[in-house]
Amino acid sequence: MNEKTYLDEISHSRYDFRYAEDNYFKVDQGLNEDIVLEISREKGDPDWMRDFRIHSLKQYHRLSVPDWGPDISGLHMEDIITYIRPGHAGMTPKWNELPGEIRETFERLGIPQAERDSLAGVGAQYDSEIVYHNVREEVAAQGVVYTDLESALHGPYADMIRSHFMHLVPCTDHKFAALHGAVWSGGSFVYVPKGVSVDIPLQSYFRLNAPGAGQFEHTLIIVDEGASLHFIEGCSAPKYNVANLHAGCVELYVEKNAHLRYSTIENWSKNMYNLNTKRAVVKEGGLMEWASGSFGSHVSYLYPTTILAGAKAKMTYTGITFAGAGQNLDTGMKVVHSAPDTASVIHAKSISKSGGISTYRSAVTVTPAGTGSKSTANCESLMLDDQSRSDTIPVLNINTADAEIGHEARIGQISNEAIFYLMSRGLSEEEARARIVSGFADSVSKELPLEYAVEMNNLIRLEMKGSIG
Amino acid sequence: MSPLLSVRNLNVQINEQPILHRISLELAPGEVHVLLGPNGAGKSTLGNVIMGNPAYSVTDGEMLFNGMDLLPLSVDQRAQAGIFLSFQNPLEVPGISLFSFLKSAYDLTHNTHERLWTFRKQLSGTLQDLAMDESYLDRDLNVGFSGGEKKKAEILQMLTLNPKLAILDETDSGLDVDAVKAVSHGVARYMEDAEHTLLIITHSTRILESLHVDRVHILAEGHIVHEGDASLIDEINTHGFERYLSLQ
Repeated sequence: MNEKTYLDEISHSRYDFRYAEDNYFKVDQGLNEDIVLEISREKGDPDWMRDFRIHSLKQYHRLSVPDWGPDISGLHMEDIITYIRPGHAGMTPKWNELPGEIRETFERLGIPQAERDSLAGVGAQYDSEIVYHNVREEVAAQGVVYTDLESALHGPYADMIRSHFMHLVPCTDHKFAALHGAVWSGGSFVYVPKGVSVDIPLQSYFRLNAPGAGQFEHTLIIVDEGASLHFIEGCSAPKYNVANLHAGCVELYVEKNAHLRYSTIENWSKNMYNLNTKRAVVKEGGLMEWASGSFGSHVSYLYPTTILAGAKAKMTYTGITFAGAGQNLDTGMKVVHSAPDTASVIHAKSISKSGGISTYRSAVTVTPAGTGSKSTANCESLMLDDQSRSDTIPVLNINTADAEIGHEARIGQISNEAIFYLMSRGLSEEEARARIVSGFADSVSKELPLEYAVEMNNLIRLEMKGSIG
Repeated sequence: MSPLLSVRNLNVQINEQPILHRISLELAPGEVHVLLGPNGAGKSTLGNVIMGNPAYSVTDGEMLFNGMDLLPLSVDQRAQAGIFLSFQNPLEVPGISLFSFLKSAYDLTHNTHERLWTFRKQLSGTLQDLAMDESYLDRDLNVGFSGGEKKKAEILQMLTLNPKLAILDETDSGLDVDAVKAVSHGVARYMEDAEHTLLIITHSTRILESLHVDRVHILAEGHIVHEGDASLIDEINTHGFERYLSLQ
């Protein structure tokens, strides 16, 4: 019996397929000023953006690789292709205008179906470029802008982009933010005007197809006063034997009394270095909600950050990380309470299995201006065997006397008694384990959009298959 | 009649320490047996061993169910064969609703795929019998349930799965009067089927009042030290276990 092999075939069929990148435009491997200028030229950047790229490149060379997290010495920048454009002209709002292999990729990932069923708008990125963007007429009629960032740079929102792009995440933030500033391509721009509620979610899907490539998409969302939006981000890639790199950047501006929910399900292939930066700033009375499931990649550094900059601003973070064999996933979140009566609620879970390493790293900061702030954090880790690892590294930096701060952490294993209990009702051992693990993840999957919750349960099931000796 | 469960000369260890010694029992279909004994006598262990808890190892003897050798069967296979254990301390399993758990368990033990709505309707009568509100179905399995609610949920599972043999491990202990009543009612309903067989583990006897008991076994320090008919229950109630403790 060779169930493992059989299952590997099933499990990969959903994501692990690829099409040849014939006739694609790509830059040379590695990173230097010529390559950055070539990307800038190809993309028709305004001058300020070209200069910003060059400035970022200088920062990239100046900054050093982080020495406090998982090992990324297997990532060789000189081997990475930073820009690869599918060989067709530009972006379309019609799936059937896409070249066959790209259209088929997104069909297999279920994106057009999801758009028909439950989304207000969809953006789809293939390698370095957004190839599809569409938003429902009634949403557009409310004045909601949802487009690729490149178009926005040349349209009526050009000034808005200029005054927000990499202001929240400056290119000096860390080495991979600098890299992003130099070679970014693709991603989405969303603007929701004052008082407008977008009732059904917008979604961007990022697919990295080419081996040895990097994806550096930039997502910029501005939810204006009193407006609300749910934005979903999904990502996947087929598996290669060479390292791929994802260093995207997400900047979220939540204005006064606005509400933004940002959901992610990340299932990069297990040769991916996922060095992504996400940051939100929330003004007075605003609410930022993060829901995040991280399953893929070889190494992840991912800490969505929220700056609660206005009085009574709030943040909730609900996240789960699943680290299997060969994965070292360093995830968590940061929050800065820099205004009075701000609140944050953190609910983080991790599962590690087959030697996987899962680290929860968080920082809660209350500045002297953050009087009356509240923060509660609850972290739970589940280790499925003795080879796996789970660590919790919380940092609290509190500079007011009246802050209410709570942090709870628990690390556990599946109890044999619980397995016995479920099996005594007729469930197989594998089924019992899978049910317990999905049950553990349930409070997070409830926070995800339905299709993604189902997806997450399927991913857990696939990860749990064949986990019984 | 050929026995439903037949345990012969069973020796059991946990962590290489002997814990049950030369246990023999025979339950015919339709019978109610009671296993009495002081705390720590090994009563729950025997229930767990019949169910197949891998924490215990059977070092000698045999166990037959409907003439089939139980020892090589895994816990879920025993459940599918028709054995049920009501746990003394039912485990809390977050993220699995009682309903979806019952549904999976029912489908797996009955080799079927019951429709959700039909199944839910089936359950509502049983819930009423146990004085349980239907909202329990949507709560996470045993999470935040009181002691009595957990035991009622066990009996709900028993009545739903409809096993040939049910082992009730201290199902009546620590319950208030109403909960004992509901649980006893459920157990009595289970025994309405002439083929249904019970092994009741208890150190009190309240749950037995509404049942016709066929045989009583007294377990002390891992040995069956005495057996008799239902009159033994009254005797234990009056005199306690004292006189059996040195008989092994």
